[in-house]
Amino acid sequence: MGRAPLLYLNVFVIATCGLVYELLAATLASYVLGDSVTQFSLIIGIYLSAMGVGSWLSAYLDKDLALRFLDVELGVALVGGLSAPLLFLGFARLDWFPVLLYGKVFLIGALVGLELPLLMRILREQVEFKYLVARVLSFDYLGALLASLVFPLFFVPRLGLVRTSLVFGLVNAAVALWGSYLLAPLVGRRVIGVRVRCAVVAVILVAGLIKADRLTTLSEDELFADEIVHAETTPYQRIVVTRGRAGFNLFLNGNLQFASADEYRYHEALTHPAMALAAETGVPRRVLILGGGDGLALREVLKWPGVETVTLVDLDPSMTRLAKNYPPLRALNGGALEDPRVTVVNEDAMVWIARGPERYDVALLDFPDPNSFALGKLYTRSFYQRLAKRLAPGGAIAVQATSPLFARRSFWCVVRTMEAAGLFVRPYHVAVPSFGVWGFALARHTPFVPPAAPPQALALRFLNADAMAALFALPADLGPVEVEVNRLDNQALVRAYEAEWQKWQ
Amino acid sequence: MTRRELLTAMLGAPFAAAACHTATRPSPLPPGELVGPSDKLGHRLRDLRAQPPAPTRRERAAIVIVGGGVAGLSAAWRLARAGVTDFVVVELEREPGGTARAGRVAGQDCPLGAHYLVAPFAENRALVTLLSELGAVTGVDDATGEPQFAEEQLVADPEERVFYKGRWYEGLYLHAGASADDQRQLTAFRAEVDRWVAFRDARGRRAFTVPVAACSDDAEVTALDRSSMAEWLAARSFTSPRLRWLVDYACRDDFGATAAQTSAWAGLFYFAARMPRPGDDSQPLLTWPEGNGRLVAQLARAATGRLRTGLAVVDVEPGAPGGEGARLTALDAAGELLGLDAEQVIFAAPQFVAGRALRPFRAAPPAHLREFTTGAWMVANVAVPELPGGLGFPLAWDNVLYESPSLGYVVATHQQPGSRGPTVLTYYHPLCDDDPRAARSRLLALGRDEWAEVALADLSRAHPGLREQATRVDVARWGHAMVRPSPGFLFGGARAAAARPVGRVRFAHSDLSGVALFEEAFYQGVRAAEEVLAERGVASPSLL
Ligand SMILES: Cc1cc2nc3c(=O)[nH]c(=O)nc-3n(C[C@H](O)[C@H](O)[C@H](O)COP(=O)(O)OP(=O)(O)OC[C@H]3O[C@@H](n4cnc5c(N)ncnc54)[C@H](O)[C@@H]3O)c2cc1C
Repeated sequence: MGRAPLLYLNVFVIATCGLVYELLAATLASYVLGDSVTQFSLIIGIYLSAMGVGSWLSAYLDKDLALRFLDVELGVALVGGLSAPLLFLGFARLDWFPVLLYGKVFLIGALVGLELPLLMRILREQVEFKYLVARVLSFDYLGALLASLVFPLFFVPRLGLVRTSLVFGLVNAAVALWGSYLLAPLVGRRVIGVRVRCAVVAVILVAGLIKADRLTTLSEDELFADEIVHAETTPYQRIVVTRGRAGFNLFLNGNLQFASADEYRYHEALTHPAMALAAETGVPRRVLILGGGDGLALREVLKWPGVETVTLVDLDPSMTRLAKNYPPLRALNGGALEDPRVTVVNEDAMVWIARGPERYDVALLDFPDPNSFALGKLYTRSFYQRLAKRLAPGGAIAVQATSPLFARRSFWCVVRTMEAAGLFVRPYHVAVPSFGVWGFALARHTPFVPPAAPPQALALRFLNADAMAALFALPADLGPVEVEVNRLDNQALVRAYEAEWQKWQ
Repeated sequence: MTRRELLTAMLGAPFAAAACHTATRPSPLPPGELVGPSDKLGHRLRDLRAQPPAPTRRERAAIVIVGGGVAGLSAAWRLARAGVTDFVVVELEREPGGTARAGRVAGQDCPLGAHYLVAPFAENRALVTLLSELGAVTGVDDATGEPQFAEEQLVADPEERVFYKGRWYEGLYLHAGASADDQRQLTAFRAEVDRWVAFRDARGRRAFTVPVAACSDDAEVTALDRSSMAEWLAARSFTSPRLRWLVDYACRDDFGATAAQTSAWAGLFYFAARMPRPGDDSQPLLTWPEGNGRLVAQLARAATGRLRTGLAVVDVEPGAPGGEGARLTALDAAGELLGLDAEQVIFAAPQFVAGRALRPFRAAPPAHLREFTTGAWMVANVAVPELPGGLGFPLAWDNVLYESPSLGYVVATHQQPGSRGPTVLTYYHPLCDDDPRAARSRLLALGRDEWAEVALADLSRAHPGLREQATRVDVARWGHAMVRPSPGFLFGGARAAAARPVGRVRFAHSDLSGVALFEEAFYQGVRAAEEVLAERGVASPSLL
């Protein structure tokens, strides 16, 4: 009978899918639980041992082998296909997430482990045993090779984890359907039932694919293209560090905060115009950094010789701890957080700003983009009014103000809101390859012209006199647009920002 | 009563079945106590139907204000502004504020009752003055002349969200899944509201504005009072379930009565009175962590040293203008009686209290007293260690449960700068029985534990696990929470009759407005105080 070769192909696909589910689980586990080495070896261990359990159990199945085989395959399609979406959902909601994760890996492993022995027994009559073992196993191993190649090179970068998982589930289900034709004579009348089940599984997975967008943002999914070297969930956010070809990247809640390769452009542009502006009326001595727990703006500030004290207010102690202790990040910020001039305060800037009388010569606002109502508060008129009260005469403020190209209204909303707080504001921009065109706003209590370049002695990589002049020359497509002022009672910025970024996703 | 019976009675049978089916054995109730009005002194008052014995001690004041709720304190505030300080405010509870009192649960300020104020128009000068004192008014808009309000005191965005079938949606009207017909009806309803916003009578008055006393008395407007809001909707073929839900919610929220129990005048008042021009947004809301307790504290400053708390007025001999003075008797918590002699009395307690305390009313109850009915409310303050979340739209100030007889909850820390950490959820549950007395006995039949049980069960629909997380639940039972604007009541003559002075006694309470709002209580207090000032010949330009 000629169906044996085709069933080998079946083995091949099953093996590919099985390994893909395993890799998915391991990638997700290292993203969610951190520590990829441990996660990968744990997942592989659990998966392989579960396959052993499945193989063992196969001995206890005696009747209707072909039917069982197809059902097991459908089981793999369903459990495996839904694994990434369910794990994503579970991660956000369940305390017992690790149980779900390892349980799923075990279940998939056991089902895959059941399949091969069943198939070998089905084919026993048609193929001589030595050829049977040789072919089934070699197709199995070849399938694994294919999976390990396409998973990191093609699927994760192109589709992200959730879609990859669902797509392989569909492939699995398709193969089961095909198998139902190949094995029809062995299954008998009940083959109809199998096909109905195939259809049901396929419908569920397709529905999952359609809904996949709502589950994860693309940016979050894209993150898995690179190796994850650090991941932790703090009470405030999710911090992920990945390593790619050009250096490492830091993500907060799935949004890129900086790439080590080009962050100097961003941080020089954030820091030095404000320092230079304040320096026009006196040496900037007291500096305030709000957000910026990575210590990179701090590194720039400390280059200025006159600086006496820097207060860095960042909500998340885990972030400042990481900046202080995580070797690659520490190397990047030059150990800035340990400088004796620096005081780190872990508090909500909105709470902090309302308190205390100290005044500052320079304030740098390096908050994440206003993508939640909590962050939106840090860009309100009320916040800037409070900040303005903490600014010494002649002092200067610089604010990261999202991308004027991707989110032009949001950018101008920041500018207009600062003006509404009584400040004089000059918007500016810089190109950061990993971000695109990025926007800032420079402000102080009195009108001003953009400052001259910072002193040569600072030895900056990017910001020379020409670059400084170019910062403040806004091209036409970044020019002013009509916007509402962002207030606590309208959160106009968060709403504008959400609408604008949606267009690009 | 079993847990299931309790939940069936308060939240409905289907929900109770679901709640009792899933929860195998509910965890123990978090601790807490009954707060809000203490019924002990109040009950004494009710039991003291007969003439109280003559008090041994007597004091005097030119003006005695009975009741230290918003109306009474507003009267004191107005007198003090005019430099009149020979007054005393007599308040039954240990704390002033009445239904606008603030509480403190697990270290967090929170409302026990009223929690917000709609920002007034410039023409409400008295209220704008009060808000300026509070720093809530920061300036005047050059173009419109309308006041500008402090950003921090306006409700922070997001303001409202509604929970429906497992998910939160922004706003109060459930847009998700609305059909074309739902949308059309919503637009048509808004057009009706706009028509009333645009309305001006022959004297140029708006149909609906705040205070009620400034509204038009044109027959076309007052005719609305004769039918219920539900009838009004039905007569205009507004059948959309979501629209009807919205209107019913509005009536329950503002008046503690369903659309069928609320006069159409009052129902439209809710939508039209706060809209500057047709099609505009309604005026924004002002709120504080402690709710309207912030306003109470500001008003009470004017009565510093002249506020007598824990003292219930049990008898008032009204005296006669130009003749005898008024003589009052008050009872303190220890059972001691105190006599008070006054030239003028501002009676700022509810109408049902007037019926028991005024001697002539006890002797021959006037007909108008019976027309005043008051609804019952339960307010639970639930302390939780973390801000609640939920699927869909994020946490707002006001979080409404579509499929619940309650109104949902407000978040006490919403106006505070931080965006995390522990908070208190103030859960509102009006009891909307057709017979307000039935509602009252239903309210008072249950104690702290039962009401905490109801509140947690209801909130757990949207926030599973809330019961386990809650660290404390305090319960306030407001038996006489607010006057009900039942059909026919507002323009049936009872309010006018109740506002007429008796002897040297003037009345001032939100009951007289027929809709229970801070603005109305405030207006009544200020008005009564200005009448008193006029009678005393004190020159003070009117704020009204
Ligand atoms: C749960 C709830 C929520 C509410 N929410 C809002 C809201 O968000 N916004 C809003 O504008 N309004 C709201 N209201 C209505 C608002 O609280 C009232 O309209 C306003 O505060 C009423 O003030 P008042 O002075 O007229 O009456 P009360 O608050 O009833 O004050 C009367 C006072 O008289 C005292 N008293 C009674 N009898 C005697 C006696 N014999 N001797 C001495 N003193 C006596 C009482 O203790 C009380 O302090 C709410 C009401 C409730 C119950």
